[in-house]
Amino acid sequence: MDKPTSVTRDSAPASVHINRVSKAYGEEWERQQVLEDLNLEISPGQLTAIVGPSGCGKSTIVNLVAGFEKPDSGTITMNGEAITGPGIDRMVVFQETALLPWLTTYRNVVFGPKLRGDMDPRELEAEANRIIDTVGLSEFKDKYPLQLSGGMQRRAELARAMINHPLLMIMDEPFRGLDAMTRELMQEFYLHLFEESRRTNMFVTSEIEEAIFLADQVVVLSNRPATVREIIEIKLERPRNFEMLSTSEAYDYKRQAMEILHEEALKSFKRTGGQDDFLDAYAKRAE
Amino acid sequence: MSEAVQSVDATSRPLRRSVFQQIISNKTVWRGVIAIIAFAMLWEIGAQFKAWFGIEIWWVGKVPPPSEVFTTWYSVVQRPGYWESWYLSFFRVFLGFIIAQIIGIPFGLALAVNRYFREIFFPPFEILRPIPPLAWVPASIIFWPTTELSIAFVTFLGAFFTIVINVLGGARAIDIQYLRAAQSMGASQWDLFRRIILPGTLPSIFTGAAVGMGITWEVVLAAEMISGGGQQAGGGLGFFIWSSYMGGAMEQVIVGMISIGIAGYLSSSLIRYLGTVSMPWRRLF
Ligand SMILES: Nc1ncnc2c1ncn2[C@@H]1O[C@H](COP(=O)(O)OP(=O)(O)OP(=O)(O)O)[C@@H](O)[C@H]1O
Ligand SMILES: [Mg+2]
Repeated sequence: MDKPTSVTRDSAPASVHINRVSKAYGEEWERQQVLEDLNLEISPGQLTAIVGPSGCGKSTIVNLVAGFEKPDSGTITMNGEAITGPGIDRMVVFQETALLPWLTTYRNVVFGPKLRGDMDPRELEAEANRIIDTVGLSEFKDKYPLQLSGGMQRRAELARAMINHPLLMIMDEPFRGLDAMTRELMQEFYLHLFEESRRTNMFVTSEIEEAIFLADQVVVLSNRPATVREIIEIKLERPRNFEMLSTSEAYDYKRQAMEILHEEALKSFKRTGGQDDFLDAYAKRAE
Repeated sequence: MSEAVQSVDATSRPLRRSVFQQIISNKTVWRGVIAIIAFAMLWEIGAQFKAWFGIEIWWVGKVPPPSEVFTTWYSVVQRPGYWESWYLSFFRVFLGFIIAQIIGIPFGLALAVNRYFREIFFPPFEILRPIPPLAWVPASIIFWPTTELSIAFVTFLGAFFTIVINVLGGARAIDIQYLRAAQSMGASQWDLFRRIILPGTLPSIFTGAAVGMGITWEVVLAAEMISGGGQQAGGGLGFFIWSSYMGGAMEQVIVGMISIGIAGYLSSSLIRYLGTVSMPWRRLF
């Protein structure tokens, strides 16, 4: 990988501290505490995976760290500075594709730098082509997002984030909804990008295996209101490959995480008779 | 590196055949033509039915057959008054329609992006919206100094409400992730408006335009009939039908109806065309 233009921005991986953060949604009478006194640390240059039961507040954490929303109480800092809003130092790859449908792949990728005008147009063009090439979309750069397959869309979105050289990459279940084969390919591809850049990454997923395969540490969350139940250090060596998932070491990690998640699921089931989740899911579908 | 740079400019374009060639070789066009001919033949048979069998079925044969309609049409097209009616109706439709777009699109966008604006203007808008445009005709005739202006006003109303509702709905339905992604990349409020909200609303703008265009034609024709093509605001296709009817020229009524069909089709084709040209990303299906 030849060096991009803003070397400094790339070379200082970020650390994030989430300090006693609480967040609730809804008006008084139906107020729902999503996060309560959450403490979490994302270490510099590491890939931290966050797993938890569905609806426990993972995307809420993402929105807070990205600066799209503000915590009710507590602080979130990156490299010691409080996060007050969205910024180019943090790029999010969303659960659903957020590529702009009216722009071609190329134009989506250069959207940020062009908007800010902080790159020489020729350099930008070269850099964009290089990154698009890295994600293997050279032939599709004049296509619109709807003309791309699901996997290609994810890669285009990765390219769009990468060209901004963020200190922190935030991935919110980016591979959800891809078919199994594409998903594996994307995991490998993403892992490769990470291992080359060693950028700080926060990767939210509901798939334990995905988390173990990718991450340096896996943070297991409890039910809503989400708190950290366990942090599992993944000591599999890098560069990684899928074979490592069948080692006994990986199996132990998996069982450990599964046990906690199972407990959490059971707890929520006992407390609510499963009704809440059912109604929640139903309400989501009806929206 | 230089290769990569070049390939950005060298967007490959398929060779363009002439429009005529495209139409001639288009199967859809042919099917349409055949369907229209078949329809006209059925109509002819239906209209001639009574004469053929000598049995009276009360509703058959009341409508003049296409052969007579086309003969009448042939003589009508030679009268400048007919074309004047075309011109007048088109002029009225587009005047009202364009003013409705010019006022309706910014108004709808303002409702969508500004909460205070919405809280102030949406309630009265919602009360005025259900009033059918034609209910405005008497008030409008009293209010505006000329019949022409009152027709223009009622026409404007017909399109305006539809346009605003579509723009508002379209702008509010824009995925918040687009806005968030753009914000992360350093977009200002103005950037968000220009680069996300505006293109994101474009499909709804064209939907509103297509529906609005249909309503505008309805309103113009009705207004022309009601105003009786008075002294100041004569003619128009609506008046053409009305006066033909009063004069008992049934063939001419049908000529007027088909003319309106064609006029409406041309208008909506124009909007569809503009839609495809300005939204290339929607041309993929
Ligand atoms: N803007 C909002 N307004 C009201 N409630 C919200 C909002 N965002 C999230 N919630 C609620 O907060 C809870 C946590 O949502 P969140 O999206 O963070 O969960 P998640 O862990 O990402 O779930 P999933 O696995 O479905 O992605 C859910 O019950 C959700 O309904
Ligand atoms: Mg989520």
